[in-house]
Amino acid sequence: MTENKPRPKPKKEAVPMPKQAPKVRRNNFNEVATGYTEQQALEEASRCMQCPKPQCVTGCPVEVPISEFVKLLREGKYEEAIKKIKEKNALPAICGRVCPQEEQCQEKCIMGKIGEPVSIGRLERYLADWERNKGVETPPKTASTGKQVAVVGAGPAGLTVAADLAKRGHKVVIYEALHLPGGVLVYGIPEFRLPKSIVQAEVDYVQKLGVDLFNGYLVGRIYTVPELLKRGFGAVFIGTGAGLPAFMGLPGENLGGIYSANEFLIRVNLMKSYAFPTYDTPIRIGRHVVVIGGGNVAMDSARSALRLGAEEVCIVYRRSREEMPARHEEVENAEEEGILCKFLANPIRFFGDEKGWVKAMKCVCMELGPPDESGRRRPVAVKGSEFVMDTDTVIVAVGRTPNPIIQSTTKGLSVTKWGTIVADECGKTSIEGVYAGGDIVTGEATVISAMGAGKKAAKAIHEYLMKNNN
Amino acid sequence: MYEILSKTELAPKIKLFEVSAAEMAEKARPGQFLILIIDDKGERIPLTIAGFDVKKGSVSFAFNEVGKTTKQLGQLREGDTILNITGPLGIPSDIKKYGNVLCVGGGVMIAPLLLQIRALREAGNTVTAVIGARIKDLLFYEDKIKAASDRFYVATDDGSRGCQGLDFLKDVLEKERFDRCIVMGPVIMMKEVSELTKTHGIPTVVNLMPIMVDGMGMCGVCRVTVAGKMKFGCVDGPEFDGHKVDFDELVNRQRMFLPEERLSSLVWETVGGCKCDGK
Repeated sequence: MTENKPRPKPKKEAVPMPKQAPKVRRNNFNEVATGYTEQQALEEASRCMQCPKPQCVTGCPVEVPISEFVKLLREGKYEEAIKKIKEKNALPAICGRVCPQEEQCQEKCIMGKIGEPVSIGRLERYLADWERNKGVETPPKTASTGKQVAVVGAGPAGLTVAADLAKRGHKVVIYEALHLPGGVLVYGIPEFRLPKSIVQAEVDYVQKLGVDLFNGYLVGRIYTVPELLKRGFGAVFIGTGAGLPAFMGLPGENLGGIYSANEFLIRVNLMKSYAFPTYDTPIRIGRHVVVIGGGNVAMDSARSALRLGAEEVCIVYRRSREEMPARHEEVENAEEEGILCKFLANPIRFFGDEKGWVKAMKCVCMELGPPDESGRRRPVAVKGSEFVMDTDTVIVAVGRTPNPIIQSTTKGLSVTKWGTIVADECGKTSIEGVYAGGDIVTGEATVISAMGAGKKAAKAIHEYLMKNNN
Repeated sequence: MYEILSKTELAPKIKLFEVSAAEMAEKARPGQFLILIIDDKGERIPLTIAGFDVKKGSVSFAFNEVGKTTKQLGQLREGDTILNITGPLGIPSDIKKYGNVLCVGGGVMIAPLLLQIRALREAGNTVTAVIGARIKDLLFYEDKIKAASDRFYVATDDGSRGCQGLDFLKDVLEKERFDRCIVMGPVIMMKEVSELTKTHGIPTVVNLMPIMVDGMGMCGVCRVTVAGKMKFGCVDGPEFDGHKVDFDELVNRQRMFLPEERLSSLVWETVGGCKCDGK
């Protein structure tokens, strides 16, 4: 009988994500989005149409079987649902929080045509958090193949490669240059968007798969990639990311109070300087903070500055709101918290006080011309429109470039003119047995695209090891 | 975790640690540095490598107890451990035969200078060594440096030992032709020596240790202007052409966090941790 009953029409609107109120959250570093309750997760999951040919999965770089896990979720089979996700994605608690789902799986969701797409990311997060709170089961060990792989960098790409290869029975050793694993997940993304305890829990899971992790090993200066191959590793994966800050080359850029976004975020996130002097790494935040740039890193910097006690935080971006590369949701969050945006303005120089500390920034107004190679309209300076802004703290968030140490210490490794490593679809580089993936190949991109590259590389490395008996 | 194998007091508040770090010992070269973090609440600080012993699997470094972290470090004992030490970092010194080399070291950097002198001498150079400190009591390694070099001078700011200040260098530079000069020490000293050697056209290398966080090119706090271009002390250095470094900017950048450093030190001494009983 029930089978013939027509399904109630799904609600057009997604269940909103519960969040800390802007006035509260701007004063703390706790997570902004607090996560669905069970009731909310079930309600949101019920909106899924369970399409016979689901499009959502085609938008996922790691091909999570989305409609299958959503089906299990709404049947209350949480354990099976999270296992379904983990077949493809070893880091769901992270992806559920920081993936740009709106331009991936959710963009393809059929519900998006009649209303809001199913909040796939929030459901993924719900399941990952449910599992972590209950205690993650140690995955069964796969029979050893006797092969060894070295992974350079414990960021999203490296952790994914390591997890996938360990599941296939290979011995994996990760060398991480910083004193903590996670890469951009620990040094870049702030606590209020991605709590570090969650990153640690996901890393713990990868280690439970049998992966060995060494922190504080800068490959290139300690072992080089060719030395790793000689030391008995059948293959090496390079996932060293895009961790070098870009500056603008403007007069006064080396004044005190001018941070690269990387420095600012490393201090705040990795070194926890928001808790100075309990933690030893200092940070100085002024009253009038300016953040230059329009990406997610700029949003993260601005929102961190506000939480550190700045009176006013203003984002200065040379194009308009429409061209901002930051996730729409994060721009909204930032504005709700009281962050100001100055569009169509570009800094041209900085002025310092007698102590060598920045006190003002000169800008020029911009207007948008025809689109450039990125497809966005190119900003052009408006003659005679210069103006000066008072500021005592500037955060430069205009991009990050690839880490160069491996490239300069690995003979025979092909590198592009931008310093990225040349690798094919599967991550294969110009050296046999050496693979690369993530930002070190593509330039600065997303966590999930790095994980996608890691998945493909893991598959290729596995085939290489088994075929060649390496 | 890295175990402290030995601890030596070189001068008041200047200590030398030898730590167990076999892999680092194999790779370390003169001129390079390491970054250490004492515990999970610690800050990452760069220190110049002052020695390495492949057989023993150890690396050594000296430090001056000036801030909270170095004071805390100074209280550790043999057998204690340090959470993490990353290294070697930076581009090694270009050790080869130059001919007649002048090596100048000041303060805590006298320790790594010894390593530099020995390597240069081994490469067939004639080495004139100059070491300096504020006062006599802060000098160390006089005998070792003297034994390792061909000619040896010592100076103090107050003249309590050897020459007073570095003015005597003018005479040395007048009398003798040097092919290369290496300076390791306080920024002010590196600036002063670079200015002197510039007038004589002697290629001069300074080993800079600006403020760093990661020490591998990621944060950019160590940026210095060299020949008008932005360079990172950690990955482009630590050695630079002393005649092209903007020392005034470097001095300014070294002072950026002084108030916070003082606060941190004060909190350490008054509320927690410090075991020096006000001595």
